[in-house]
Amino acid sequence: MNYVITKNNKTLSFVLMGVGILSIVYGFATDSLRAWGSLLMSNFYVMAIALAGIFFLAVQYVAEVGWSVQIKRVLMAMGTYLPYAGGFLILIFVVGHHDLYFWTHHEYYDKASPDYDRLLDGKHAFLNMPFYITRLVLYAGIWSYFALMLRKESLKEDIVGGVINYKKSVKLSAIFLVLFAVSSSTSAWDILMSIDAHWFSTLFGWYVFAGMFVSGLTVIAMLVIYLKRSGYLPNVNDSHIHDLGKFMFAFSIFWTYLWFSQFMLIWYANLPEEVAYYAFRQDHFKAIFVLNFLINFFCPFLILMTRDSKRIKGLILFIGSIMLIGHWLDVYLIVMPGVVGDHATVGITEVGTTCFFAGLFLYVFFNSLSKAPLVPKNHPMLGESLHHQI
Amino acid sequence: MYEASIREPLILGDKTAHDITEDICRPIEGKANKYWWWCFSVSVAALIWWVLCVSITVGQGIGVWGLNNVVDWGWDITNFVWWVGIGHAGTLISAVLLLFRQKWRLSINRAAEAMTIFAVICAASFLLTHTGRPWLDYTLFPLPNQFGSLWVNFNSPLIWDTFAVSTYFSVSLVFWYTGLIPDFAVVRDRAKTKGMKFWYGLLSFGWVGSAKNWQRFEEVSLVLAGMSTPLVLSVHTIVSMDFATSIVPGWHTTIFPPYFVAGAIFSGFAMVQTLLIITRKVLSLENYITTYHIDMMNRIIMITGSIVGIAYITEFFMSWYSGVEYESYCFVNRATGYYWWAYWSMMTCNVISPQLFWFKKLRTNFTFTFILSIVVNIGMWFERFVIIVTSLHRAYLPSEWSTYHPTWVEVGIFIGSIGLFFTCFLLFARFFPVIAMSELKTIVKSSSSQAKREFKEEAHH
Repeated sequence: MNYVITKNNKTLSFVLMGVGILSIVYGFATDSLRAWGSLLMSNFYVMAIALAGIFFLAVQYVAEVGWSVQIKRVLMAMGTYLPYAGGFLILIFVVGHHDLYFWTHHEYYDKASPDYDRLLDGKHAFLNMPFYITRLVLYAGIWSYFALMLRKESLKEDIVGGVINYKKSVKLSAIFLVLFAVSSSTSAWDILMSIDAHWFSTLFGWYVFAGMFVSGLTVIAMLVIYLKRSGYLPNVNDSHIHDLGKFMFAFSIFWTYLWFSQFMLIWYANLPEEVAYYAFRQDHFKAIFVLNFLINFFCPFLILMTRDSKRIKGLILFIGSIMLIGHWLDVYLIVMPGVVGDHATVGITEVGTTCFFAGLFLYVFFNSLSKAPLVPKNHPMLGESLHHQI
Repeated sequence: MYEASIREPLILGDKTAHDITEDICRPIEGKANKYWWWCFSVSVAALIWWVLCVSITVGQGIGVWGLNNVVDWGWDITNFVWWVGIGHAGTLISAVLLLFRQKWRLSINRAAEAMTIFAVICAASFLLTHTGRPWLDYTLFPLPNQFGSLWVNFNSPLIWDTFAVSTYFSVSLVFWYTGLIPDFAVVRDRAKTKGMKFWYGLLSFGWVGSAKNWQRFEEVSLVLAGMSTPLVLSVHTIVSMDFATSIVPGWHTTIFPPYFVAGAIFSGFAMVQTLLIITRKVLSLENYITTYHIDMMNRIIMITGSIVGIAYITEFFMSWYSGVEYESYCFVNRATGYYWWAYWSMMTCNVISPQLFWFKKLRTNFTFTFILSIVVNIGMWFERFVIIVTSLHRAYLPSEWSTYHPTWVEVGIFIGSIGLFFTCFLLFARFFPVIAMSELKTIVKSSSSQAKREFKEEAHH
C-alpha cells in the first residue's frame, strides 16, 4: 500500500512555506543579521532531523534490528530531504558568510591591520574559504548519497526479493556510519562551533549529535503515529510506539548527560577562553538557557518514565511537540548569540524561517513517501516486525 | 516468539533444557581438571605476591613507589582506572543488552557480571592503598565532625568517585546475585552430598521456582537493569572528572566523560573475550559460547575502539585549534616526547588493531580474537598511563618537569592484582554456574539449532 498525499498535507506544507518566505523577507527588511542567523539555524535544525532519520536507518541495518522494519520507509522518506538541506547549507554559507562567520573577514589575518587576530590566524589552515566549502560539499554529498542509495536498495528488494539487497544495505549502512562518525562531529564544528570561532570544546560534536538524534527520533515517532492515525501501517502496534518512546526517553537523558558534561566541566575549570561562551549566554539569554535544560530533560524524563505513557499516542505527540520546541531552543542558543549578539530575540523572523524549512521538509517527505510502498515487502526480518509484541 | 530465519542459532548441538542443566552443572558437581588447578596455582602465586607488595607499601609508606612531587599519580591510578574500566562490560551486557533485547547476551552475562565484581574489587584495592594510610580510609566517607576528622569536600570529584564506585559495586553485586538465585536452586536440587545441599540451599534463598518467584525475579531484573544503565555511564564519567575538572593540559577537556565510558566498554569487552575463550575450552561450553557470540562482541570492540579513536583525534585536533600553547604542547609532547613509546603503543593497540575486525575471517577466529583482546587491554592500560603521567611530568613551569619510573613494588602490585582477579574468577568458575542456565532455557524454543531447523521445515510444508 502506498501513501496517498491528502489535500491537507499539501495545504499545510504550502502554508508553512508561504509564511516562511514572508518571514524571511520581513527579516531581511528589518534586521538582516537576524535573518541570516535564522536561515542558518532553521536549515540546520531541519536537516539534522532528516539526517538523524538516516542515521537511525543505518543503525537498524547494522544492528540487525527486526522490530523496526515496518517504519523503515518513513526513515528513508525523511532522508530524501537531505539533498535539499545540503543545497541550502552551501547556499546560505556562500551568500551569507560575512554576516554569519566573523572568521571569514580578511582583516583578521593581515598582520599589518590593527584588527589582526593571532588566534584566528592560527586556525587559518582549517578555517579558510576553499577548504571550508569543500567540506560543506562533502557533507551534503555524502549524506545525500547514502540516504538515496539506501532507499534505492530497499525499493529494489521489493521487486527482486532474496537477501542480496538486504546485505548490500547492511554494507552501505556500515560505510555510512563510519563516515557519519567523523562528519557528524566535524560538521558541527564547521557549521555551528566556528560561529564563535575563538571558542572550542572537544565534546561539541557529540553534543550536537545527541540533540540531533533526539529531535530525529521525536519526529520519527510523531510521523509514525500520524500515519497510523490516518489508517496506514495497520501492523504497527503499541509495542512499536513503546519502542520509539523508549528511544525518545533514553536519548533525552543522553542529551542531558552531554549537556551537563560540557557545561559542568567548563564551569568548574572556569578558564576564560572557554567559559566566555557560557557566560555570554547566561548573562543575556538566561531564560532560554534555563528553559533549554528544563524542557529537554525534565519533560521527557518525567512524562515518558512509565511503560504506559510510552504507549499513549496522544501523549507522545504532546511531549514530542514540546521536545521539538526544546531542541529548537538548543539550536537557537548555539547559533543566534554568536551571529546576532546580545540583542538576539525570538520573533517572527526566527519562528517563520523555521516554518519555511519545516514546510519544505513535509512536502518532500510526503511526496517521497507516496512514491513507494509504505512497508518493505521482502525484508528478511519483516515477520519479526509484524509480530512485534513486548 | 517469532524469529526471522536469517538469524543465526545461539545454542548449537540440539540441546534440550535438560542438556543445558547437565552441561552447566557438570563443572560444579565434578572434580576440577588439571587445567583449572594449573591456572589456579599460578593465580594464587600472583595473589601472594600482591599481598607481599601491598604489605610493603602499607608498612613503609608510598615512598616505596616511584612517585615524586611532580608525578604524584602513576601506576596506582592508572591501574585503578584500568580495572574500573574493565568492569563496565559486565553491566553493559546484562543491563543495556537486556534493554535492547539482545538474546545473545544470555550465554555470556553471568561470567561478564562476575568479571565486573572482581574487576571493581581490584580497582578498589588501588583506591584504598594509594592513600598510603589505608587504616584512615574511612575518612573518604562523610563522617560527623565529632568523629575526629574533617567533613569531606563535596566539591571534589574524588569524593564523587567514592560514591560512584561503591554504588556501582553494590548494584552490580545485587544484580549478579539476583540472577544467580534460580541457578543456585537448580544446583541445590541436584545436589548429592549433604554439604552441597546445605550451601547451595543457603545461597538460593529458598527459591522454589513458582510463578510468583519468577514474576518477582523478572520485575527486579528490569528495575536493576534500569538502574544499572545510568550507573555504567556515571561511574566512568566521574572517573574522567577526576581529571577533567582540573586545569592540567591534557586533562581538562570536555569530551572526557563519554570517551572514558566508550573506552571502558572497549576494554571490558576485550577482557570478557579473554576470559570466555579460555572458559569455553576448559569447561567445554562450545555449544553455548559460539562463533556468533564472539563475532558480536568483536563488533562492539570494533565500534567502541573507533569511538575512542575519534576521541583521540578530536582531542589532538582541538589542542591545535584552540590556540592554547599549553594544550598543543601537551599533545605534541605525548606523541614525540619522553613517553612517546607509551603514546604509540596506545594508538596502535586501541585504534589501529581493532580495525582488523572489519574482516569477518578475523572477527570469527578464536585464536586471533584471544590475542587481540589482550592487545586491546594493553592499549587501554597505556591510555591511562599516557593521560596521567605525560600530563603530569610537564607542568606549567620547567621547575616542575620531571620523569617517573615505577619501582618493583608498584609493578608487583599490578601483576598481583591480576592474580587476585583470576583467583576470584577461577573460584567462580568452579563453584558457580558460569552461564545463566535458567534464563538461557527461555530461548531454546526460539533460537537453538533444532528450533531453527524446525522453523525451516515448517516453512517448507
